[in-house]
Order: sequence, then structure tokens, then C-alpha cells
Amino acid sequence: MSVRDAASEAYREALPALSASLVGGLLAGVVLGGMRGELRAVPGLLVVVPALLATRGNVYGSLGARISTALHQGLVEPRIRAGDERLRAAVAAALANGLLASTFAAVAAFAILTTLGAPVAPLPVLVAIAVLAGVFSGVALSAVVVTAVFAGFRRGRDPDALVGPLVTTTGDVFGVLFLLGAVRLVLAVGGVV
Amino acid sequence: MLPVLLVLTLVEVGSGLVLGRFEAQLLRFPSLLALIPVTIGSAGNLGSILAARLSTALHLGTLSFDPTDDRLGGNAIATVALALTLFPAVGVGAWGLTALTGGTRLSPATVVTIAVASGLVLAVLAVVVTVTVTYIAYRLELDPDDVVIPVVTNVCDVLGVVVLVGTAQVVL
Repeated sequence: MSVRDAASEAYREALPALSASLVGGLLAGVVLGGMRGELRAVPGLLVVVPALLATRGNVYGSLGARISTALHQGLVEPRIRAGDERLRAAVAAALANGLLASTFAAVAAFAILTTLGAPVAPLPVLVAIAVLAGVFSGVALSAVVVTAVFAGFRRGRDPDALVGPLVTTTGDVFGVLFLLGAVRLVLAVGGVV
Repeated sequence: MLPVLLVLTLVEVGSGLVLGRFEAQLLRFPSLLALIPVTIGSAGNLGSILAARLSTALHLGTLSFDPTDDRLGGNAIATVALALTLFPAVGVGAWGLTALTGGTRLSPATVVTIAVASGLVLAVLAVVVTVTVTYIAYRLELDPDDVVIPVVTNVCDVLGVVVLVGTAQVVL
């Protein structure tokens, strides 16, 4: 195999997945661009954004990989109604990991910004936003990942090839959308403007 | 899983601090804000796809860490070519969608220049980081699939933020 062949094979195989996640990333960017009011109202929120987005990818990407491995091994039936014990445990663990990492990101950002003497919203506000955004996007992403992996598997597609692009695309969009929802909710309830 | 997740989260908070440092500028130019998720995501994806391919080739024994190795060179070239294909679209998309939804202060040429320059730098960095981390995992006899992909994805995420903000300082 020449360098040219190796390069064109790698290029062709990666382009569709990258293009799909590009669309998701752009949509997330537009929502973030429209969130300037909220970002000003909650100092420190922008600092948490990369961590929250990455958590979605890290946690739900690995959930998708686990489910697709379990499907390949025949440990999980590709039916949501089955109420499979193993499936429920995997989703619950992913939600718990996601919430813990989101809360940790909020606490760490608050601690570092306070130490640096930078302006930062009160800790309960940041944590409430991170937790709410984590719950909303976690439930939505679990549903999308499980449904898509099952549907792909039943149609004879390899779910492993589906999970990566799917999670990066929907993870960004849901991550930012539910972050916006969570900020508005917390600002409305707390009246912290 | 959890300790790794928390370390990675802390690394991502580090990149958030970089964003926070330039918050005033980002809030002034919404097209820059719109570039953030897509640049982070594309940088992470370029790295993770390359890492997955190198790991598989390593498992199959078809890869050697020799600068003249065809597979290594081919994958590196493909990563740069992918960045040069995608990032012009990233720039046009970020400017166009921002213009549609609320107006931008930067010209389309400026936004596309920032996107393409960031993409090119990020592609080169993604290759360097991925090859280095894969090589270290290989020498330490760790399974590259377990270690390399999460590390590379998150390092590339952070580099995405740093390079984007840095490029904006040079261009603006």
C-alpha cells in the first residue's frame, strides 16, 4: 500500500462522520452565540462549557460502545420494551457518571475562579445549572443512543461505527440546548440577574 | 472509568479557563462564540479517528513507528487534508448562521481565515499528539484502544480552544 492509497482510504472513511458532527457543532455554536445574555448574567458559565460538552461525549460515547458490545455478545436484546436489567444498569451508571462529572466541573470552575479572584456566580447557581443540564441532556442522549444503536443493529449495521458520529453530533446540540434551558430555568427560579 | 472521567473533566475546565480569559472578546464577536463547539468537536474527532485507525493497525501488526512508514504517513496526510476540506465549511457555516440569527461584526473572510488557520494548526497538532500518545501506550504495553482515544480526544479538545483563541488574537 502506497502513501497515496493509505491517505485516500483514511480520507474517504472519515469524511462522512466528520461532516455529520460538523453540522451538529455549527448548530450548537449558533445556540451558544445567541446565549450571550445568559453568559453575561452567570459569570463563570463559559468556563464550564467545554467540560460539560466533553462529558456528554465521554459518558454517552462509552454507553453506546458498551451497549453495542453487549449486543454483539448477545447479552442484551435489541428491544427497549424488554426492560433488560443490564441495559437499565448501564444507562443508570452513565447518568450517574454524567451528573457527577458535571457537578465536579462546576465546583472546580468555581474554586479556581474564586482563587484567581475572577468574577464568578454563586456556587449553588453554577451547580444547579450543571446538574439540570446534565439530567436533561443525559436522559435525551441515553434515549437517542439506545434507540439508534438498537435500530442500527436490527438493520444489520455495525453499531460501533454508528456510536461515535451520533454522540458527537447530538451531544453538542443537546448539550448546548439543554444548557440554555437550565440557565433560563435557574435564573427564573432564583431571580439572580 | 470514574477517576479517568474526573481527570478529563478537570483538563476540560482548564480549557474553559482559557475561554474565560478572553470572554469579553468572545461576547463581542458572536461568530467567534459560534466557532467554539465545532472547532473543539472537529479537533477531537480528527484526533480520535486517527487514534482509532493507528490502534487498529498496531493490533494488526501493519504499522511501524518509522517516519517513512506508508500507513503512518498516509494517515497523517489524510488528517491534514480532512482539516483543509472541513474548516472552510466551518468558517462559512459559523459566519452564515450567525449573520442569519442576529448579525455579526466580523467579515466572512475574517471568520473563514480564523477557521482555516485554526484547522490547519490543529490537524498538525492532532497528528503529533496522536502518534506520540499511541507510541507511549505501545511502549508501556497498554492497550492503545483503552488509553489513547480518551486521552487524545480530550487533549485535542483543549488544543481546539487554545488554538482558536490564539488564532483570533493573531488575525483580529
